[in-house]
Amino acid sequence: MIFNAFIIALREIRRNVTRSFLTVVGIVIGVAAVVTMVTLGQGATDAVRAQIANMGSNLLIIRPGQNWWSKGVTLLKISDVEKVKEQVTGIRLTAPLIETNVAAMAGQRVRFTSIQGTTPDYFEISNWQLSSGRFFNELEVTQGAGVAVIGETVRKELFGRMENPIGKKIRLDKMAVEVIGITKAKGQGGFGDDLDDNIIIPYTSMQRRLTGKTSENSINQIMISGENGYPTARILADAVLLMRERRGLSGNEENDFSVFDSLQIAETLTATTRILTSLLGAVAGVSLLVGGIGIMNIMLVSVTERTREIGIRMAIGARARDVLLQFLVEAITLSCVGGIIGIVFAYGLCDFLSTRVGAPFVFDAKVNAMAFIFSAGIGVLFGFMPARRAAQLDPIDALRHE
Amino acid sequence: MSASPLIKLKNLTKIYGMGEAAFHALRGIDLTIQAGEFVAIMGPSGSGKSTLMNLLGCLDKASSGQYWFKGIDIESLSQDQRSLIRRHALGFIFQGFNLLARTSALENVELPLLYRGYSAKRRHQLARDALASVGLQDKERNSPAELSGGQQQRVAIARAIVSEPDTLFADEPTGNLDSRTTAEIMDLLKQLNRERGITIIMVTHEDEVASHARRTLYVKDGLIDRDTSTAEVLTTK
Repeated sequence: MIFNAFIIALREIRRNVTRSFLTVVGIVIGVAAVVTMVTLGQGATDAVRAQIANMGSNLLIIRPGQNWWSKGVTLLKISDVEKVKEQVTGIRLTAPLIETNVAAMAGQRVRFTSIQGTTPDYFEISNWQLSSGRFFNELEVTQGAGVAVIGETVRKELFGRMENPIGKKIRLDKMAVEVIGITKAKGQGGFGDDLDDNIIIPYTSMQRRLTGKTSENSINQIMISGENGYPTARILADAVLLMRERRGLSGNEENDFSVFDSLQIAETLTATTRILTSLLGAVAGVSLLVGGIGIMNIMLVSVTERTREIGIRMAIGARARDVLLQFLVEAITLSCVGGIIGIVFAYGLCDFLSTRVGAPFVFDAKVNAMAFIFSAGIGVLFGFMPARRAAQLDPIDALRHE
Repeated sequence: MSASPLIKLKNLTKIYGMGEAAFHALRGIDLTIQAGEFVAIMGPSGSGKSTLMNLLGCLDKASSGQYWFKGIDIESLSQDQRSLIRRHALGFIFQGFNLLARTSALENVELPLLYRGYSAKRRHQLARDALASVGLQDKERNSPAELSGGQQQRVAIARAIVSEPDTLFADEPTGNLDSRTTAEIMDLLKQLNRERGITIIMVTHEDEVASHARRTLYVKDGLIDRDTSTAEVLTTK
């Protein structure tokens, strides 16, 4: 009986290709939107997680100012880096970080990129690997040597097809540096930034020859790597106390610096992407709902338009429940077909968008299955009212209907 | 003669509306129709002949009185049960043919069998046979729009007889057809009546068409005014 209702419904759909197509479009768009948004959102969350892992574990960062983006506050001192390492327990490594943006030139090629001045420990703290060459050493830091470790993006931009530009010179503003190492590509950061678009040089070279700031307060950031197994929360609390003392803050003054914990940053970032994902998913869900209402609308019109046909079917021996089943199966078939097309569509869309928005495309069978079940549910929900209206028609009135 | 007649009506009435505005479409019909009869129902518009037809065809419920079809008390049945009577024992043809548009002749004829839950193979076979029996074996794939009026009515007849009903109800079956096609359709109906023993009950307002029937009921003001049975019917019984 269900099977025959299915045949009847399929014949009806085939009989009205245009109408069926228009009905399905809404569902296709809705399902495609939901699946695309959720898939890309999950890809973004995964990317952020992978990025955090890239950053290195047990990582803490001290920055001047109350927020990450605070400007115009007193920078940190190089002595802070040493004191933190000395006086806070549980710390394995520390490194200062001075950041600025500069035009890097090699021959005729120019690349505006970010320069980081630091010490050798930074490479380990931040999990940098070499693809060729070497990192600079303590001696070069002391000397303020003109040496640079460059990221993969900078290498590509400045040296093009030359895979190994070790020993080549780069001009950074007034300073010339020699490329001594190239880092392995890390890809995108948690904020969608390109982590390989950078040049790392000794902080002393940077102070003397680039920023010109040799004063005490010139450090943008202190990178800290905690000992394995030592709770970062304890390091964080101790570092805050020490920094308050060093910056001369009295009892009720607020911190004019912040200490970030990589774990905490990771949580914030993943929470943010997750919220964005559900938000986008919800917006897309609304379009799926609108698609469902579209089905109901067209089915209702179709019941009126097909009143006479319903009368014929009833005269021939269709019971009310046969008519109900027919219209319900029609609505469900349409929404399921729409769901399948939507999923296929979303696959292409995710593939197309993932590289452009920078979120990896991870196919998730669960999301697709959910979207399909949901679209079928919409067929039931919004097909029922029109179907019941059709089933409640009086055969004589329906037959007489013009 | 069988134990019970095919159709027996006792004081059947149909009233539309209520109170002052009530309209008495049928005012107490008593009627007996035997299996195998070919009956024409005539009468001016508003006489109640269509109402009578709808009641006989189990499409509507009477206001009072009784209707036995093959001994079954139709008035005591639910709407779904009456649907099943229509599905298994009745066939309908209409003035406007009432075929499904954009649907092939074969699929139109298959329709009643779909509701009976027959297999695809059996449906095709029976529908082909029915189309062949109305002389349209070469029009299976054509949609109604590609067929003439006479051919469309033949498809409708094939659809009505494909489920081998006892009784065929025809509502002005030739109302939209020219005289030559009318004669053809009437010949087909007579042939079905004669060769398959299908009881035919036909509403018409044309004397010429009614003359093909062997019994004519004249309905006037909700009552059967005259009931003429030709001698032929009486002798064959």
